[in-house]
Amino acid sequence: MKLAYWMYAGPAHIGTLRIASSFRNVHAIMHAPLGDDHFNVMRSMLERERDFTPVTTSVVDPHVLARGSREKVVNNISQKEDLQNFVDRASSYSESDVILADVNHYRINELQAADKTLEQIVRYYLDKARREGFLNRSLTDDPSANIIGISTPGFHNQHDCRELKRLLSEPRISINQIIPEGEFLKNLKDLPRAWFNIVPYREMGLMAANFLEKEYGMPHILTTPIGILNTADFIAQISKIVNLWSFSLIEKKVNYDLYVENQTKFVSQATWFSKSIDCQNLAGKEAAVSGDATHAAAITKILVREMGIRVSCSGTYCKHDADWFNEQVQGLCDETIITEDHIEIGDTIARIEPSAIFGTQMERHIGKRLDIPCGVISSPVHIQNFPLGYRPFLGYEGTNQISDLIYNSFNLGMEDHLLDVFGGHDTKEVNIKSLSTEKNNIHWSYDAESELKKIPGFFFAKQNNISTITVDVMYAAKEKLSS
Amino acid sequence: MKNFEIPAFECETGNYHTFCPISCVAWLYQKIEDSFFLVIGTKTCGYFLQNALGVMIFAEPRYAMAELEEGDISAQLNNHEELKKICLQIKNDRNPSVIIWIGTCTTEIIKMDLEGIAPKLEKQIGIPIIVARANGLDYAFTQGEDTVLAAMAHRCPEYKNSELRQEPTNKIDNSSQIKINNSSNNNFISERIELPKSKLVLFGSLPSSVASQLNLELKRQSILVLGWLPSQRYNELPSLGEGIYVCGVNPFLSRTATTLMRRRKCQLIGSPFPIGPDGTRAWIEKICSVFNKTPVGLNERENQIWKAVQDYTRIIKGKSVFFMGDNLLEISLARFLIRCGMVVYEIGIPYMDKRYQAAELLFLQQTCKKMNTPLPRIVEKPDNYSQVQRMHELKPHLAITGMAHANPLEARNINTKWSVEFTFAQIHGFTNVQDILELVTRPLRCRSGIMSDFQSLSKQT
Repeated sequence: MKLAYWMYAGPAHIGTLRIASSFRNVHAIMHAPLGDDHFNVMRSMLERERDFTPVTTSVVDPHVLARGSREKVVNNISQKEDLQNFVDRASSYSESDVILADVNHYRINELQAADKTLEQIVRYYLDKARREGFLNRSLTDDPSANIIGISTPGFHNQHDCRELKRLLSEPRISINQIIPEGEFLKNLKDLPRAWFNIVPYREMGLMAANFLEKEYGMPHILTTPIGILNTADFIAQISKIVNLWSFSLIEKKVNYDLYVENQTKFVSQATWFSKSIDCQNLAGKEAAVSGDATHAAAITKILVREMGIRVSCSGTYCKHDADWFNEQVQGLCDETIITEDHIEIGDTIARIEPSAIFGTQMERHIGKRLDIPCGVISSPVHIQNFPLGYRPFLGYEGTNQISDLIYNSFNLGMEDHLLDVFGGHDTKEVNIKSLSTEKNNIHWSYDAESELKKIPGFFFAKQNNISTITVDVMYAAKEKLSS
Repeated sequence: MKNFEIPAFECETGNYHTFCPISCVAWLYQKIEDSFFLVIGTKTCGYFLQNALGVMIFAEPRYAMAELEEGDISAQLNNHEELKKICLQIKNDRNPSVIIWIGTCTTEIIKMDLEGIAPKLEKQIGIPIIVARANGLDYAFTQGEDTVLAAMAHRCPEYKNSELRQEPTNKIDNSSQIKINNSSNNNFISERIELPKSKLVLFGSLPSSVASQLNLELKRQSILVLGWLPSQRYNELPSLGEGIYVCGVNPFLSRTATTLMRRRKCQLIGSPFPIGPDGTRAWIEKICSVFNKTPVGLNERENQIWKAVQDYTRIIKGKSVFFMGDNLLEISLARFLIRCGMVVYEIGIPYMDKRYQAAELLFLQQTCKKMNTPLPRIVEKPDNYSQVQRMHELKPHLAITGMAHANPLEARNINTKWSVEFTFAQIHGFTNVQDILELVTRPLRCRSGIMSDFQSLSKQT
């Protein structure tokens, strides 16, 4: 047993539910006690989801435990089957498939479970299609890609997905499928038709991509297009892959260099920003970075290589990915910290005293406590990370958003500095509202004073010529004033 | 028809959504100021609580998870030793007056002999340890509080007759100087002599201001409450025993009531619950009748409140409401809304103890008769999916539902109110009536014109 207060990644079943509720017409049934479906609440409230979350708890209660759960679960499946039929009219798969999620609750967390469940589903449907002869192995005529790993409620996932589509549109790469978010299971058999796979977040989708590579020879791009340099690298890798087939299929080679140059110099504002003089003020400032492996590594690179900011410490809570992470940030930061313990991270940040923190919601709270500004760059998520406006982290628009985030996080410090230089701070004189004058001619009973914070008794007493305020009077005041 | 209609009870044994009962930790640790809650469970429990407690986790609340690891399951580690290690750490860090272990629903925890380990550990570390099993197999949401209070009831000191200064008198002594000042339309009592404490203990966790308000109402009727379970501090638990009367303030406390009656030999006062002015009046009346006091000024008090909230009741009069059900407060809230003039189509409720809620159910029937509205259908363990279908047909003006369904229902043009807010808002007593109505009328008041042209903002049926 261990004493635990907070966790970054949720338990395994949350990961499975994320994948299940991202696919279309999939319904997850949990054979569980009451309350385990708080996932429904989170998804509904964070994503402001308009539709019912397709997760049902087949409630385990003492009677069920005694009698045996099978009957109850089967009954629930039949009811959902009706739903399935209603929706899936035109599909040739009219009976619903039942898959048992293969995740070990004690060994893996939310992210690993999501990764595994996605791979499990992809494997199931491709194997099925192969057996039944539905599999279409021919590549699409024009270059196309699958995007693997967009799910609910992921950190800025919806915006990132939109930006990825935009990123691929000018190089004329069409999207074959995006999984799991919004995809029908029956379409999974067409996954191998794409020329390659894109895995924007290595925490979710890597296993599925590896499976597709092994079984169907599909290459995948692991570079996450966050930041100018990574995005350029991403596009370069695409052109390499496309050129493998393009000569035979579309009889020409592709070159995206001009596209990248144009975007980098003029469409994205980030490169220009890093040259501008207010960014120069950021050079030499110190930052601490923490989050999931993908985002923490990417932000570290952006801060150091694109903006000239020093990263004293960079870390991730994705312990299972420590090797990859260390390799990515090698030479870019003074120290790395791989841990799931938020107290350890808090102590490290307190020791370093950076000018800004880039981390998760937990680091935002650490920042509040230590009075250090913090920009949020990774899950665990909060309602703030589901803005109504368009805020991707990927692609060229993403570089703009990130630059804004970084600049604004540091800005406080700069403002302070300029105010120091020019002596512009407000003089801090607090206006003390004279509550005390009222107190002279009114005597407070002990009980009433202890209730003071909740009820405004003053002027009521004055109005009614009451000179002694007891608890009675206070409650009477509340009733009177609320009418 | 002279006879009261018997309400129709159904048990759907369906799939419904409610919160896990360990959520009670969120308010109980705040109520009992010198307590520490140790939830013994898995990552799932911890994750749920950290989302439920939201920002409070960062303020280092007096709660923690004893998280099971694989070594614990395969019996490699000794449970007693592991728990001892953790409790010692808690003692060093926070030094509480009591540690409350919350057993959860993982099979391993259910099998773990917490009740056997606790007393031994208590002797070793010198802090009382109370074991309460609040698991989602047996309980729903607010019933978590029920099981904790039932466990706590065993720790209350034994009541001895000599503790009271004098026996409660049957009528108010004329010579005791109790002034009633009629100025400014307010009756208030300025005390000259302290009344003897009545042998009354109230149970249920309420914010201290609300508890004070209820104490005051009873004081006005010359009944001084002996104590509350739970008390603000563990060391102030009230005495219990033969001769003590107990009365609950919340409808989900049936287990506590049973424990107080059977194990501690107290007398339970069965009454409607003090929610809404009608409920509060009925509650006070019942207590008064047990102590042979004639209630003074209650009718005027109640009418005063009704008058004060006229603007709110005007908004909801004649409108219909559907309770999907999750926090077990549904019967009392429904009864209050019916008294305000609403029509209640259906009351979903996870569990209802018909004996403990007998007075409230009767009151519900009486209220329906008085307001000339049909009795609502009461569905225990409802099936949320079927309820949504019923709501599409019935088209209630307001649905009181949990957060899993609120947004989707709003997208389908059904006004909703989060039921959870009623658990955390102050809804008891005369003084807080406006708060309940504020919650209920908000979705009906602030509707902009945009939605009126759209049937549904969802593409799904």
